[in-house]
Amino acid sequence: MSIQNTNSLRNGPDEHGRFGIYGGRFVAETLMPLILDLEREYRAAKNDPEYLAEVEHLAKHYTGRPSPLYFAERLTNHLGGAKVWFKREELNHTGSHKINNCLGQILLAKRMGKTRVIAETGAGQHGVATATVCAKFDLPCTIFMGATDVERQMPNVLRMRMLGAEVRPVTAGAGTLKDAMNEALRDWVTNVDTTYYLIGTAAGPHPYPEMVRDFQSVIGTELKAQFREEEGRLPDAVVACVGGGSNAIGTFHAFLDEPDVAIYGAEAGGHGIEVDNGHAASMTGGRPGVLHGNRTYLLQDADGQILEGHSISAGLDYPGVGPEHAWLHDSKRVTYVPITDQEALEAFQLCTRMEGIIPALESAHGLAQVMKLAPTMSKDQSVVLCLSGRGDKDVESVGKYLGLLK
Amino acid sequence: MTTRIDRRLAELKAQNRPALAAYVMAGDPDLATGQAILNMLPQAGADIIELGLPFSDPMADGVAIQLGGQRALAAGQTLTGVLGMVEEFRRKDETTPIVLMGYYNPIYIFGVDRFIAMAKEAGIDGMIIVDLPAEEDDELCKPALAAGLNFIRLTTPTTDDRRLPTVLENTSGFVYYVSMNGVTGGAIASRGAVGDAVERIKGHTDLPVIVGFGIKTADDAAEIGRHADGIAVGTVLVNAVGTSLVDGKATEKTVAAVRDLVADLAGGLRRARV
Repeated sequence: MSIQNTNSLRNGPDEHGRFGIYGGRFVAETLMPLILDLEREYRAAKNDPEYLAEVEHLAKHYTGRPSPLYFAERLTNHLGGAKVWFKREELNHTGSHKINNCLGQILLAKRMGKTRVIAETGAGQHGVATATVCAKFDLPCTIFMGATDVERQMPNVLRMRMLGAEVRPVTAGAGTLKDAMNEALRDWVTNVDTTYYLIGTAAGPHPYPEMVRDFQSVIGTELKAQFREEEGRLPDAVVACVGGGSNAIGTFHAFLDEPDVAIYGAEAGGHGIEVDNGHAASMTGGRPGVLHGNRTYLLQDADGQILEGHSISAGLDYPGVGPEHAWLHDSKRVTYVPITDQEALEAFQLCTRMEGIIPALESAHGLAQVMKLAPTMSKDQSVVLCLSGRGDKDVESVGKYLGLLK
Repeated sequence: MTTRIDRRLAELKAQNRPALAAYVMAGDPDLATGQAILNMLPQAGADIIELGLPFSDPMADGVAIQLGGQRALAAGQTLTGVLGMVEEFRRKDETTPIVLMGYYNPIYIFGVDRFIAMAKEAGIDGMIIVDLPAEEDDELCKPALAAGLNFIRLTTPTTDDRRLPTVLENTSGFVYYVSMNGVTGGAIASRGAVGDAVERIKGHTDLPVIVGFGIKTADDAAEIGRHADGIAVGTVLVNAVGTSLVDGKATEKTVAAVRDLVADLAGGLRRARV
């Protein structure tokens, strides 16, 4: 059917790259021509059967898609309510959902004739996925990573370097994802002729939020079909963690027009939402502003200066969020809740001990929300968590928190 | 509607003299010294003042201006404070144009309508907002133009002939040509190419073209001033503030360091058209 459902929540963005008032193209003029080129190239690629076939082939044979839908039986029994399921994105090649987007974008970079790739990374998952596709497609790449994150995600730094990427630690600000993104944008503006900026989250100037969402939507589309096969219906709730929000929008998008499916996004509540500058829950604790190419919810002070925020999880430690989430928050289709560092750590341990799956600290935020939700639901209901990444990268920092390291 | 910017650039054109646009960060290194720096700029030789509005995340700026912004913010600078500085400046100078230069978010949070009204009242003549390209003109550009403020646009080497009309459509005051792809404080790749680029832009507009990014010395000023209606200098001035500090505090050298540099650049510019 080619008739667009005007009541659908899945039509965004509009031709200006807006989801309601959110999104847009707030970038320096130097980048504007390139962003317009990228949009044209992406529209053409989306209609090119050859491009789509290549993405699909790589998804199957390189990433290992489809990722399994797993029934977490012990956790279900422990929580004593709804059935808990995991969409196992952590089993993808490179260990997270990030590869879905990187493969789609690296093929675009190739089509555009770009000879160098840059990316920002928080937890290093996107950096690893970018370094991976750059190795495979033989493109030099530079990854910008906050100095604080370099320290707390060392295993991923080593992986990136082994894959041939240059990792540039960024010492500005708090040395986290926001600062890495600033520095990546500065590099891009300087090397705009040769360089493709492979943004890892569903944020930034249009068309990135749309493009990243489309590449990640495979998560929700698969999940829907797999769940139907298992249970013959739709799940009652889906849950994902939200930093910039790429795994979340990828999970949610297929369910936006299914009013019977409750949708929850777990933001980083850090030390607690009441602690000043002590969290990274931009929707619960921020307000709309303009940063990094888009209008969205931001943590900021009364003068519009952006705050650093805090999260135990490097991947969620960002004062903004993708613009589509901002819009879904305002429209109340998705419920965004803050999860504290402590709650995430508890979920991390429970998942590890009960299911033999070490989740990324980011995904553990989503799991913490499932742990709150499942006991309030009946036993014939189901909740699905997007287990977006594996926690190998976190074992050292969690070990420190738990006192397992001397 | 003519502004101080239009009038100043017309006068300079009549004198066959390129304009010196001097950028300083408002409130750097502290509010009082920042005010003293602003106040002395016309006397030192600045024809137009670009006043930096500090922002926590200056994505198009190099290290020098990043640090200047951090110093100003640490000193307690706010948008209200910047407007107050301009008001103070206007008590003694009614003719030197002031262009506010910065990023959109502090203005968005302040409120666009409130900002435009207060900026006019304070004596701001125009603005350069780095992260508002032509595609976002409804946000601030159009309301500002309607209120009689200049909205000055950056054009860059990537702004080709196909795109220039879009960029110039709602530009007023002057066109700011960014001489290179990059952040503030980089190096100009080729001075000759700058002349060609200015010619290219002039094929699309009658507005004066001022060239910025990468101009560091009086010789640069003389050379670029030959090809353009003016030059814009920022990084070296903000750097001069930075290097004059002792333990992060202003010294008696701070204001003088900026004054001497501006005078030197103005001297270089005077050689441009001989």
